[in-house]
Amino acid sequence: MKKLLTKKNLAALLLIIAIYALLFACDHLGVFNRQSKALLVPIGINIMLAVSLSLLVGFLGELSLGHAGFMSVGAYAGCMFTIHMDLPMAVELPLAMLLGGVVAAVFGFLIGIPALRLKGDYLAIVTLAFGEIIRSVLNNLGLVGGSGGLNGIPKYSNYTIVYVMMVITIIVIANLVHSRHGRAICSIRDNVIASEAMGIPVVYYKLMAFVAAAFFAGIAGVLYGHNLGILKPSTFDFNKSIEILVMVVMGGMGSLPGAVIAAIIITVLPEALRGLSDYRMLIYAVVLIAMMLLNNNARFNSFKQRLFSKRAARQGAQLTKEGE
Amino acid sequence: MEFLAQIINGLSLGSIYALIALGYTMVYGICKMLNFAHGDIIMVGAYTLSVAMSTLHFPPFLSILTSMVVCAMLGVIIERVAYKPLRNASPLAVLITAIGVSYFLESSALLIFGSTQRNVQSAISFPSVQLGELNISGNAIMTLIVTIILMIGLNWFINNTMTGKAMLAVSEDKGAAQLMGVNVNFTIAITFLIGSALAAVAGVLFISSYHFVGPYTGAMPGIKAFVAAVLGGIGSVPGAMLGGILLGLIESLAKAYISTQLADAIVFGVLIVVLLVKPTGLLGKKITEKV
Repeated sequence: MKKLLTKKNLAALLLIIAIYALLFACDHLGVFNRQSKALLVPIGINIMLAVSLSLLVGFLGELSLGHAGFMSVGAYAGCMFTIHMDLPMAVELPLAMLLGGVVAAVFGFLIGIPALRLKGDYLAIVTLAFGEIIRSVLNNLGLVGGSGGLNGIPKYSNYTIVYVMMVITIIVIANLVHSRHGRAICSIRDNVIASEAMGIPVVYYKLMAFVAAAFFAGIAGVLYGHNLGILKPSTFDFNKSIEILVMVVMGGMGSLPGAVIAAIIITVLPEALRGLSDYRMLIYAVVLIAMMLLNNNARFNSFKQRLFSKRAARQGAQLTKEGE
Repeated sequence: MEFLAQIINGLSLGSIYALIALGYTMVYGICKMLNFAHGDIIMVGAYTLSVAMSTLHFPPFLSILTSMVVCAMLGVIIERVAYKPLRNASPLAVLITAIGVSYFLESSALLIFGSTQRNVQSAISFPSVQLGELNISGNAIMTLIVTIILMIGLNWFINNTMTGKAMLAVSEDKGAAQLMGVNVNFTIAITFLIGSALAAVAGVLFISSYHFVGPYTGAMPGIKAFVAAVLGGIGSVPGAMLGGILLGLIESLAKAYISTQLADAIVFGVLIVVLLVKPTGLLGKKITEKV
């Protein structure tokens, strides 16, 4: 068995605790005003969503436009559970999260099955269709409040719980990606035929990626519901799925730290632009287009490469100096 | 009789979807990209029409022409500015850019016209026709006739003119077409021009039936038309026509006989079933994988 307490793991653990301590200190010293404190939970939830979608889009290489669908299924399942069970919070919320995750994972499995036959744009459209079906069914299901929304969800989410769940999500997905399974998933992205020829069970890994991504999206949905206290089907529309996708793509495909950073930026940016509220969406759109154009501009890329290679060269020089 | 009326409703709704789907499918066939901003071109077309008619007091025909020209120019400009630099980029980068363009158009419309929906009188109105017990609205007839004419015209254009043949050649193999002396950039620009002009017509027809336009008017018809294009087999022009008409029929029959609210779910459900049985859409070409 591999050693669990390596230097790298310890450093990661310290970083996790340090970030939490920083958040805790900022909260208690009154650094955050109400607005920025209210942003902490959505940031955590969006990071969970972005990281889980990253598994599908960045590592498996299948475009999913229905991530909000998984999120909404999990959210409704978990919130219905807490509304109808009268258990103490410490029991109720973990169970609700588990239930939400499992229900979403079941849907992930169901959507994963067509993914075995379809690929590329056709699969993207099936996931989009799935998201829309979920939304219009929820809109008409009296049991969960229909289009008026599901009210009276206890507001359990706070930044501690969300932070813990976020860290768990990142650790699980990062470990999955860097494991034997993760390498198999990446090989499917790079070349399906070759990986099939190497004896990788493509069906199994595709389904696994869908189930895992849906599971964590479901948990994020449960936390989302318990943060706002109300769930409306209209929040989980096509635009929400796109927003999550934008986080993944902006952070860089196949990069988990990138997804985390992009999730933070995309959650904070609209709030930071609140002063320009009328122009908010316009600026957002322009930033999106400009980033894509810059990222694919040969001149900008070579500039970036030079910048980074300089830094890498300097670091290399330092290392050799230390070695002497 | 009721059933026949629903069929006609479905045909007219479906032909609007088909017109929008044509734009999606032509662009996909040539650039292999999903132009998500296409739905919002409908909205721009509708706004242009309403401004031309009620603010500038243009006669109806001139207003429609203006709307088509504005949309066609817009389509070409979007291609030039946003998509052309990304021609060799990953499909996802192009997709995100298209989404950015879509947000850009929506939020610009929101800034210019505000969030309240604008009431638009229809550009052309036909009297409704009474056939026995059956009452067919003039709009439905007009939509059907316009769509049929445009589709025949487009088919003729693609198969019989040099530019149309160039479009087919580029969609088959961009590199080879370039070697044969086809001007690829010009052909792509023409594709966007035609697609956007068709979207403008769809926008005009759409608001002559619904009479309202807002910044998000184009979003849902856009998604439905996209679904229609995939249903018919994306990249295939007859497929987009078939897919659009089928989608309209399914939607209006589902609304009439099953449930108004669940109609969308049924439409998308049919799509999933069709794709599971025939993964490349109804008329899509099967691409064999080569190692």
